[in-house]
Amino acid sequence: MSALSRKLLRETWRMRGQALAIGVVIAGGVSTLIMALASLDSLTLTRDAFYRDYRFAAVFASLKRAPEPLRESVERIPGVQRVETRVVAGVNLDIPDFEDPATGVLVSLPDGRNAELNRLFLREGRLPEPGRDQEVVASQSFADAHGFHPGDGLAAIIHGRRQRLEIVGVALSPEYIYQIKPGDIFPDYARHGIFWMNRTQLANAYDMDGAFNDLVLSLTRDARTQDVIERLDLLLEPYGGLGALAREDQLSDRYLSAELEQLQGMAKLLPGIFLGVAAFLLNVVLTRLIGTQRDQIAILKAFGYTNLQVGWHYVQWVLLIVLLGLLLGTAAGIWLAQQMAELYRDFFHFPYLEFRIASRVVGIAVLVTLAAGLLGTLTALWRAVRLPPAEAMRPEPPALYRPILIERLGLERFFSQPVRMILRNLERQPLRAGLSILGIAMGCGILMVGRFQEGALDYLIQVQYGLAQRDDLSLTFVEPTSRRAVQELAALPGVDWVEPTRSIAVRLRHAHASYRTAIQGLPPDGRLRRVLDDRLRVLEIPPEGLLISEYLAEILRVRPGDRLEVDFLEGCRDRREIAVVGVVSEWTGVSAYMDLEALDRLAGEGEAISGALIDLAPGAREAVVARLKEAPRVAGVTDRLRAIQSFTDSMVEIVLSFAFVASLLAGSIAFGVVYNNARIALTERARDLATLRVLGFGLGEIAFILLGEILVLTLLAIPVGFAIGTLLIVAIVEGVSSDLYRFPLVIEPSVYAFSALVILVSTALSGVMVARRLTRLDLVAVLKTRE
Amino acid sequence: MPSESASSVFVVRGLAKTYVMGEVSVPALQDVDLDLYSGELVVLLGPSGSGKSTLLNILGGLDRASAGEVVCDGWNLTRAGDRELTAFRREVVGFVFQFYNLIPSLTARENVAIVTEIAADPMAPHEALDLVGLGGRLDHFPAQLSGGEQQRVAIARAIAKRPRVLLCDEPTGALDSSTGVIVLQVLERINRELGTTTAVITHNAGIAAMADRVVQMSDGRIQSIRENGSRLAPSELSW
Ligand SMILES: Nc1ncnc2c1ncn2[C@@H]1O[C@H](COP(=O)(O)OP(=O)(O)O)[C@@H](O)[C@H]1O
Ligand SMILES: [Mg+2]
Repeated sequence: MSALSRKLLRETWRMRGQALAIGVVIAGGVSTLIMALASLDSLTLTRDAFYRDYRFAAVFASLKRAPEPLRESVERIPGVQRVETRVVAGVNLDIPDFEDPATGVLVSLPDGRNAELNRLFLREGRLPEPGRDQEVVASQSFADAHGFHPGDGLAAIIHGRRQRLEIVGVALSPEYIYQIKPGDIFPDYARHGIFWMNRTQLANAYDMDGAFNDLVLSLTRDARTQDVIERLDLLLEPYGGLGALAREDQLSDRYLSAELEQLQGMAKLLPGIFLGVAAFLLNVVLTRLIGTQRDQIAILKAFGYTNLQVGWHYVQWVLLIVLLGLLLGTAAGIWLAQQMAELYRDFFHFPYLEFRIASRVVGIAVLVTLAAGLLGTLTALWRAVRLPPAEAMRPEPPALYRPILIERLGLERFFSQPVRMILRNLERQPLRAGLSILGIAMGCGILMVGRFQEGALDYLIQVQYGLAQRDDLSLTFVEPTSRRAVQELAALPGVDWVEPTRSIAVRLRHAHASYRTAIQGLPPDGRLRRVLDDRLRVLEIPPEGLLISEYLAEILRVRPGDRLEVDFLEGCRDRREIAVVGVVSEWTGVSAYMDLEALDRLAGEGEAISGALIDLAPGAREAVVARLKEAPRVAGVTDRLRAIQSFTDSMVEIVLSFAFVASLLAGSIAFGVVYNNARIALTERARDLATLRVLGFGLGEIAFILLGEILVLTLLAIPVGFAIGTLLIVAIVEGVSSDLYRFPLVIEPSVYAFSALVILVSTALSGVMVARRLTRLDLVAVLKTRE
Repeated sequence: MPSESASSVFVVRGLAKTYVMGEVSVPALQDVDLDLYSGELVVLLGPSGSGKSTLLNILGGLDRASAGEVVCDGWNLTRAGDRELTAFRREVVGFVFQFYNLIPSLTARENVAIVTEIAADPMAPHEALDLVGLGGRLDHFPAQLSGGEQQRVAIARAIAKRPRVLLCDEPTGALDSSTGVIVLQVLERINRELGTTTAVITHNAGIAAMADRVVQMSDGRIQSIRENGSRLAPSELSW
């Protein structure tokens, strides 16, 4: 090994604390980058493979009822490759030993065969045999939630008739990777399941013999999806078509895409912050190192080392630390990516996981990290390269001190000498002080992001279920039903209050924008379902006109006063013009609301309702739910409170572990910055501090001078961190907001408190570690060394 | 003047060096003519600030002249680029400085090796250290050596590559007299045994007696060049 390499290794070993602190920050960047990229890769790969192997459809349409021969017309649409007609129906479930209401979707399979499109992946058991009317395959998430296996049974209420379902298989489907009930915020596997059964039996139960109410298509390679959808919509219109959806608009696929987008955002943001801070740290430490090694650089050059060789020597120092960070980060990143991918596999229910860390991912991580390390240290390296050897033989000129701000203002008498020393040091290197503040602030910002979710989720639930949706149970009817149902429900023992609702599928248009959703008709004086404005005040439902959610207003680019064209996809199936009279704030879905009677008038079909909201008397839940499950026209009953509870229980763990990892990483940033600062301050001031000790200053006093500077930086960094954290949160909230869900931009005071606390603790820890070195300050030796 | 047969290693003509610092320019050297002959030991004498280091730095290719000409053994230093000066330093010159400038993280042997590793025909590091009498301290770090020992390591480092010239800037400046004598003895021996042309800067006139020639400088000019009839051994010098 060359003497220069030995120098490199020994010196790096001597400053191993600092090297490790920087290495950990780099590792934070590398691991988050690898984790995000690798799980992005494996999620995409897995999805694509699953979609391909199990023939995920390209177009989805549901309708009221159409005769089977219509299928041939669909097949003739240019671009259509394969058509599968289906019967799909929502049902209420009655699950043994499970009191809560639960709903399901029954999807038909060709008798005795797997589907042609959206094929099932059988986890357990088999497909239903032809002619068996009770046999079903259950979705895995549902089966897992109840511990069901082939051989177990449950009951479904089909057209008011209780029918036994016998589970013969457990399966996954590319259509329900993200298995969420339309309109729900969170998936609820125990209370919502998908079941597949033979077409003949399902059609029998729903009077769909020789007919279908759902259609999925695959397309040829060169087909234009939009064209196919237009022609399909025309074709299905007379049969109650609700408008076909392209794959990108299919619910499960959309959630998946949203998740992938978030990963992509994370792949940029977090590593960017970490590597930025690491680059800064490398720069500070290397600048200092080169400053103290001026004479060594000069000697090397005097003896004929080229500028390049000297530069390379210090580049190697950077590389060594970068390598340390890369090793730590890659190991952590691969591990995290695997955890993440497994979490996704279970969360989304993939049959398998195509997990591999592509060399491309590691390659990107290596390149990005090297680039950050070298770019960050460019100025310092350049100084070492350019240092003229004769110049370098002279010690660095003593620092130039000028009167500082408080002295220029004549305020110095208010500050003690140590405080003045602190302020002077800060003012002398404003750039370094500024970047240190920024680095610590970044840590603080990341902490806020880590903590924000929990509070935001609480807030969301409080608003959505405390203020807006206040029903105990909500139920939907099989088809539009007379208002009389309200009285019938109200008459049930245990029911305190009932309100009707009506939901009609529509397409809203304004200029070139259009959006498919449903208009919810609500009674004007309702208390169970209320709409809120942006300041959470309850809005009155106006007698005429639409209230639309903020997000929808953005999509359609409308403001109150504008008029929308509304295509009713149910009922009258007409096109109407309706004025927008207000904007509602809402965190999930994209809805429009209007007065129930006004909606009735527009939609025709008289006074119909499609659902009801129920307020229960205390203790009446079980009895009422049991009654409703058996009710013939009730398609589904939802108990929101229970659903929320189960969700928050499972979510708390995820949110907390995310917050924990984020805190750890952010804490390491703060620690890295503060520790390096303190160490450098110590080497720079060792002589001064030793001199002060010789003059009779106590250990506490010199520790104050050394650490006071760091404390000042930290205190300045915290408010900056709050600002950065807020910006990050705004960016994230905007990044994740989609018509599926939005996050409220609410930052609880505890988020600030927690972030500041972690930063202060990190500072204190590194302060203590450096202060311990003060006790070892060798007074005599320090005074003897030349500088 | 030494015998006519002795060839010039350095030929310096009309050398000037001006440092420009903002609006002030400091003339550090003016009008310097000088020859250094093969194998001789020259002492450069003069008060602090008289330009000794500047001259030595230019001779060693560490710094560039503002005007005039410096030629060493066929290398024209005044016209050389950065790359050429580096090669010149690598192949021709050994330096010894007042503060030793050893690399603290390397042992004595490694401090020498760092130079021999890039030299064309070096001696082994331990050989060089033997020459300065430190054969027994090969694996000591600078912090474990006394000042005089550190300076001897620095000399070993300078001579290990068998340089044509050895340039020493106040090699005893940081040492007490008895340690200084030991260092000078080493320099004298190297000069005598290896025939390395040696220039030693000092502001201590007592040291001049060990030289073949003494160049007296003041205010950036050469005041006089004196030839000693015979060299005194360092141990006989009076400080
Ligand atoms: N890098 C420099 N910049 C400006 N002035 C310098 C520089 N180096 C030396 N000088 C000036 O040149 C003059 C000669 O310096 P130097 O050669 O170091 O003297 P000596 O070694 O004889 O003490 C002094 O006045 C010194 O201040
Ligand atoms: Mg000098």
